[in-house]
Amino acid sequence: MIGQIAYALPFLAQGLALTLWVSLLVVVFSLVAGVIMGVGLVYGPAPLRWVVRIFSDTIRGIPILVLIFFVYYGLPAVGLHLPSFWAAVLALTLFKTAQVIEYLRGAVGSIPKGQSEAAMAIGLTFRQRLAYVIFPQAFRRFLPPWINGVTDAVKGSALVSLLGITDLMQAINQVIGRTYEAMPLYILGALIYFAVNYALSLASRRLEKRFSFIRE
Amino acid sequence: MGYALNFNLIWRHFDKLWGGLLLSLELAVISIAIGIVIGLVLAVWYVSAGRVVRTIIAAYVEFIRNVPLILLVYLVFYGLPTVVDIAYSAQTSFVATLALYSGAYLVEVFRSGLEAVPRGQIDAGKAIGLTPWQRLLHVRLPTMLRITLPALSNTFISLFKDTSVASVISVPELTYGAQWINFNTFRIVEVYLVVTAMYLLTGYALLYALRLLERWFRAAH
Repeated sequence: MIGQIAYALPFLAQGLALTLWVSLLVVVFSLVAGVIMGVGLVYGPAPLRWVVRIFSDTIRGIPILVLIFFVYYGLPAVGLHLPSFWAAVLALTLFKTAQVIEYLRGAVGSIPKGQSEAAMAIGLTFRQRLAYVIFPQAFRRFLPPWINGVTDAVKGSALVSLLGITDLMQAINQVIGRTYEAMPLYILGALIYFAVNYALSLASRRLEKRFSFIRE
Repeated sequence: MGYALNFNLIWRHFDKLWGGLLLSLELAVISIAIGIVIGLVLAVWYVSAGRVVRTIIAAYVEFIRNVPLILLVYLVFYGLPTVVDIAYSAQTSFVATLALYSGAYLVEVFRSGLEAVPRGQIDAGKAIGLTPWQRLLHVRLPTMLRITLPALSNTFISLFKDTSVASVISVPELTYGAQWINFNTFRIVEVYLVVTAMYLLTGYALLYALRLLERWFRAAH
């Protein structure tokens, strides 16, 4: 049994690398899209605000799995053929973007109105207000929930195994298919996910401390 | 493009989706009921226990929270029966998994709730001569429950969405129904549009009902 599992380790490592790659892409794409849409939600004109609000509430109201299937099976039906890897990344990114929008709204909303008004009074443009006044202060509020969400991205990525993508979850299932050692491999898989996510949450706690200063 | 929407086949098989939705709700309700018991017992135990018990409870919480739900579902359904001699249906297996899963999240919710009970209330309980059990039952738990109700509602809504993972072990809940129609009729866009609407409507209706319940509870106590 030990021999079989040791034999499978390089294969599992490849799966893990894919899991991390998917998670990284999702985290980066959703950060960019979420911050842009979040700014639209807070500062945009009414129609834009409604669009972002409906997008966010819809995406957050359905299971990730349904979103993944919708994107994966639905896009080819309307003539858009994405490789399954990118379909999975797209679905997970949509899901995460909705969360980032809410983190940004919460963080920016927590900054007192007087800050914006003072910045306006000294003649800063909208971009300058965001860059020098609002974002530096909102950053501290944004960071903790966003970083907690990174482990969610790693956990959520396990669902891409259902699209036949050989991530860690799928690699484990394939090794079990060959060796019939279900329990040891699931436990090993759980420990790997645990190690990755626990390391991430430890790192996040340190980062949070680093940015928790308050400049008076 | 050139995709013409046609919902006829969805309505013909709508019983699969309707039955699936009811099963999803049932799975969520049973799981959270067991999860609440696990969460309450462990949280009360945690705040009064020594270091060993605390470490064990924290290990359970951290383990569950850092592992994907789908892996836990596989582990309990495919893994566990290979080492222990028990047989159970996919549905039972999933409920057990989701209960353990929600339990881990609820321990944290209840623990922070218990710690948020004002010291003065507990002292007041002592002053009028309540035993530790009475203080727990009549002072700490009711206050804790009021503090944690919003978090409890949110956990329930997210568990309702998590029931979709049961489809991977062929429990015929809503997502499984959607896949069945997807593979058998190929009305792909239609079925996921309908299922999305069903999850959304149910989720927001539940949220509204739970918020009403919270308000009623706050007014009554």
